[in-house]
Amino acid sequence: MSRTSTGAVPASTGRAPLRLLLPAVAGLVVLLAPLAALVARTPWATLPERLADPEILMALRLSVVTATIASVLCLVMGLPLAWVLARTAFRGRSLLRALVTVPLVLPPVVAGVALLSAFGRNGVVGGPLRDWFDLTIPYTTTAVVLAQTFVALPFVVISIEGALRATNRAYDDVAAVLGADRWGIFARVTVPLALPGIAAGLVLGWARALGEFGATITFAGNYPGSTQTMPLAVYTALQSDPEAAVVLSLILLVVSVAVLALLRERWFGQAAR
Amino acid sequence: MSAFLEADVVVRRAGHTLDVSLAAEPGDVVAVIGPNGAGKTTLLRALAGLLPLDAGTVTCEGVTWAGAGTPTPPQQRDIGMVFQQHLLFPHLDALDNVAFGPRSRGSGRREARRVAHTWLERVGVGALSDRRPHQLSGGQAQRVAIARALATDPTLLLLDEPLAALDVSVAMALRFELARHLADFGGVSILVTHDAIDTMTIANRVVVLDEGRIAQAGTPDEVAQRPRTDHVARLVGLNVLRGHSTVTDVRLADGTSLVTTTPFDGDVFVSFGPETVSLTVGEPTGSARNRWSGVVRSVVPHGAAVRVHLDAGAAPLIADVTPASAARLELVPGRRVWAAVKATELAVYGASAAEPPAPLPSRYV
Repeated sequence: MSRTSTGAVPASTGRAPLRLLLPAVAGLVVLLAPLAALVARTPWATLPERLADPEILMALRLSVVTATIASVLCLVMGLPLAWVLARTAFRGRSLLRALVTVPLVLPPVVAGVALLSAFGRNGVVGGPLRDWFDLTIPYTTTAVVLAQTFVALPFVVISIEGALRATNRAYDDVAAVLGADRWGIFARVTVPLALPGIAAGLVLGWARALGEFGATITFAGNYPGSTQTMPLAVYTALQSDPEAAVVLSLILLVVSVAVLALLRERWFGQAAR
Repeated sequence: MSAFLEADVVVRRAGHTLDVSLAAEPGDVVAVIGPNGAGKTTLLRALAGLLPLDAGTVTCEGVTWAGAGTPTPPQQRDIGMVFQQHLLFPHLDALDNVAFGPRSRGSGRREARRVAHTWLERVGVGALSDRRPHQLSGGQAQRVAIARALATDPTLLLLDEPLAALDVSVAMALRFELARHLADFGGVSILVTHDAIDTMTIANRVVVLDEGRIAQAGTPDEVAQRPRTDHVARLVGLNVLRGHSTVTDVRLADGTSLVTTTPFDGDVFVSFGPETVSLTVGEPTGSARNRWSGVVRSVVPHGAAVRVHLDAGAAPLIADVTPASAARLELVPGRRVWAAVKATELAVYGASAAEPPAPLPSRYV
């Protein structure tokens, strides 16, 4: 059996069967039609002045800043957690992994309620924080970051764990024989080898944090300037000024696609080589 | 006095157990050969500390690496390791791959790179120090891997089939360099190999593993001339049969017997070279005392001769004949032929590893 030089057509050629093709097309329509409609409905004439709206800029800035901080937190905590899951053996590891993935399937609004229960004014942690340090978290920008971190962390951990597992363990052995301790192996071998996967996990986490709505509005509220991120601004605008909601949504779409394209070029291209 | 390296390695795995004792002195190059699954790589990994021992001890230069108490982790053993796949770190260039060991063992960046550069020069790839592994050929990459293993100045060097993944011509060139580096190396080298040439050219001692145990140990010459396992017999290209000898009559497992000129009582191996086997179509009537009827399994060129593999009674046999004979005898797979060997061509030696080779009685000398 020889591979064709173009590599595009596998040996089992022939027309794609309709019973596969039709659902595939339907899937594409479901995915792309709303995005196309969003672009079509954009009020292009008034777009420049709407974009200059300080409230939009404020929400955009807040979203990007909080999502970025949340991503950094996800890296700082998620990478070590992923390493523990991928590289150590202990009883209850599968249970730990299952627990990590719970927020993945949790409705975001439930996450918000859970965060309130923990960090609310009278929460398990929030109560003592307020009593002893006069710190309150709910309805602050900190709460936004916390909510975003909570929902994004499982994505980051699971995808980084996959990236770490995919690296050849033989390199760990080589490094150990050469004298590197576990930290040295982690920092100088494991992480560099898994870097594309780690970056991919962070992009996923960043996108998840940027789009966070349910947990944020429940736990952080919807205050312009401090907790009103882009998704919340979209929701608010939709009730009074649907055109503004479309503009905000378009911005989110463009930012997401731009980041994806940028990092794809930088990391995924390298990984594919 | 105990040896420089003393290892008594027991590793139990589901289905098989490795149980091997080794001792070696500085400068020794010990070839470890044996069929797949014999435990060669397991032995290396156990010596490196990458696999825990289930029992036994490893001491090197008077330091106990494994035995009673917590085993020394690989990081603190003075070892270098070379793998079949070079396993150079793909994200580092050649120089930083070699500098990795010295860096990990506490050298500063500048000093580590200086050492690395010296080693790259020594293995002949100094000009490639800024190449990433994927920009190196197989032979170049393995040279860098050898430099990386030696750059930490180990006392024990473990090589796991370092030439097996290379093209034949590249392997041949690197083999002699490797022999030179190992000769210069002051510590103990343990070389796992599948190649009889490696064993003969590089090693000064050979350990034959079979099913997790040492089947034979000795100098390359001893092992090559008196193999005790089918695997080694095939590696060195000899026929080896096992039987029970009563004076000069050796009865094989299948009931046939051989006549030898070496009196011996007990279980023996009988070996003879493929060039000593003559083939005929009809039953031979000459002076050859030992003959088998067999079926040709394959016929392949072997140097200037033709190597014929036969299924003959007790064991598969190999016979080398000239191309002219092969044509005249119409040797094709499936053809029935007779094989014959003169009694004087048979080497006979005791089958128990403990027994010394049978001395020739004076009347035969």
